Amino acid sequence: MTTPILQLQNLKKIFTRNGQSEFLAVDGVSFDISAGECVGLIGESGSGKSTVANMIARLLDPTEGRILLDGEDVTDVKARQIFRTVQMIFQSPQESFDPRRTLGDGIGESLLNVGRSRSQVRAEVERLLEAVGLPPDFARRYPHEVSGGQCQRAAIARAVAIHPKLLICDEATSALDVTVQAEIVDLLSRLMRERGMACLFICHDIALAQNFCDRLLVMYRGKIVEEGPPDEIVQSPKQEYTKLLIDSVL
Amino acid sequence: MPTSEPTIREAVIRGSSGKTRLYVFGAMAALLIVVAIFAESLCPCDPYLQNLDAALQQPSAAHIFGTDRYGRDMLSRVVAGSRVSIFSTFLLVAIITTLGTAIGVFCGWARGRADHLLMRVSDLCLAFPGLVFALAVAGVLGGGLHNAILALAAVSWPKYARIARSQTLAVRETTYLKAARLAGCSTSRLILKHILPNIAGPILVTAMLDVGTMMMELAGLSFLGLGAKPPTPEWGSMMSETRGLLQTVPWAVFAPGTAIFAAVMVFNLLGDAVRDWMDPKMRVKS
Ligand SMILES: Nc1ncnc2c1ncn2[C@@H]1O[C@H](COP(=O)(O)OP(=O)(O)OP(=O)(O)O)[C@@H](O)[C@H]1O
Ligand SMILES: [Mg+2]
Repeated sequence: MTTPILQLQNLKKIFTRNGQSEFLAVDGVSFDISAGECVGLIGESGSGKSTVANMIARLLDPTEGRILLDGEDVTDVKARQIFRTVQMIFQSPQESFDPRRTLGDGIGESLLNVGRSRSQVRAEVERLLEAVGLPPDFARRYPHEVSGGQCQRAAIARAVAIHPKLLICDEATSALDVTVQAEIVDLLSRLMRERGMACLFICHDIALAQNFCDRLLVMYRGKIVEEGPPDEIVQSPKQEYTKLLIDSVL
Repeated sequence: MPTSEPTIREAVIRGSSGKTRLYVFGAMAALLIVVAIFAESLCPCDPYLQNLDAALQQPSAAHIFGTDRYGRDMLSRVVAGSRVSIFSTFLLVAIITTLGTAIGVFCGWARGRADHLLMRVSDLCLAFPGLVFALAVAGVLGGGLHNAILALAAVSWPKYARIARSQTLAVRETTYLKAARLAGCSTSRLILKHILPNIAGPILVTAMLDVGTMMMELAGLSFLGLGAKPPTPEWGSMMSETRGLLQTVPWAVFAPGTAIFAAVMVFNLLGDAVRDWMDPKMRVKS
């Protein structure tokens, strides 16, 4: 059996507020993602989904546990060392681009950082914009000059620029309205098929996750409470909490 | 979408009326700077040339602002003095802006013990009245323009360090900085390309507003004899030289006094205009 692209082993995160009161945001989370697999992580607001995502992307240090990427322990490295393998799409697209730099600068930044020349990067940014359905002149626009949906397309272009093996989508569609949401989901699934990327798809829309993912994880108060194929989980949830979550949508 | 269409940003910038003020005061400040640069060739007479026969003359066609007690042409001295007054102010503001920003960004980025220590030092500097500190510096290192600039720099950088620190703390938590980290940026690139451009606005505005204040403080130190040394023409020390004669020859005080007043005013108003122009909310409203 091939090693999974991502392995989480008993991951814990304790936030300390004002240096005293402690808060257990993630409590012993373990799961694997195989290459090319799309795993959905669902749960109510505050259940610790973003905290897990930030720890995988190495933007946040876990208090306990280990993170393995491609079988390699990356628990102690920074985002800068793993950005070739893991990329992330954030919840609010406009806030994820530097307001003083153009979308093109943002999309091409990872390529510049791996040593590509400026002209190569410019050409690649144009190709990427085309791949996500934006006109080439968007490279010169600033984040506040485009709509939320267009900005999220640019964020997707930025995330796939470096050909990551794992894409984390942290509620990539929840800041967008319904029609735009569908377009973005279509774009994501097309890119994932084309490039064979694995995906950790975080959302609290259980119907969307059911359509989009190969496997679902249900998170509640920092713990994974249920795991399985989407249809099975939606039709016959074993946990009381999952039932509540499904009933609240359907 | 045609590329020639102005973007929202361009349209907003083009349509703002606050720009008129910016242009007017910008032009006035530019005029002052040009005068300061070409001060030597603009002086009608030699600002150092003494002529005791023509001392303390009233304003006339030959000497528009009259002469001082050594018979030197006041207009020439005011023009020549603009170089010292304006450029030493710029130098001072540049020093405190750079130093304060560097320390503030370092503190906001590193946090922890170094931050704590530097912020206590800045508290200490902030608690010192500038004049008292300048007196102490003059006492230890001697007077002179260089030491006056050093003394004022030593007590003025904390304001910039505080702004830079709080802004850096805010920017380092933003989503776009996370995205930049995930784009593989090194620490220096994060600071130079993402932090600095995003914190520059308020710092530059503070610097613009500080030009007037620092000009006053430098002139004040020179007035007390702790800044520029005679016979160097400098507005503060010129006022000091002639202050005893205010009753009998008011023009000798009037000329440098007006120069200080006008220059401080122009730079303050320019600072205000820049601040209004930089604030995007103000821009959209107008
Ligand atoms: N930096 C922090 N300091 C202290 N507590 C934090 C911090 N970040 C998150 N938390 C807490 O950790 C918990 C989990 O937060 P997290 O952002 O992971 O939730 P989430 O599942 O992503 O929620 P949402 O669906 O609203 O995005 C929350 O209760 C939050 O208040
Ligand atoms: Mg979240």
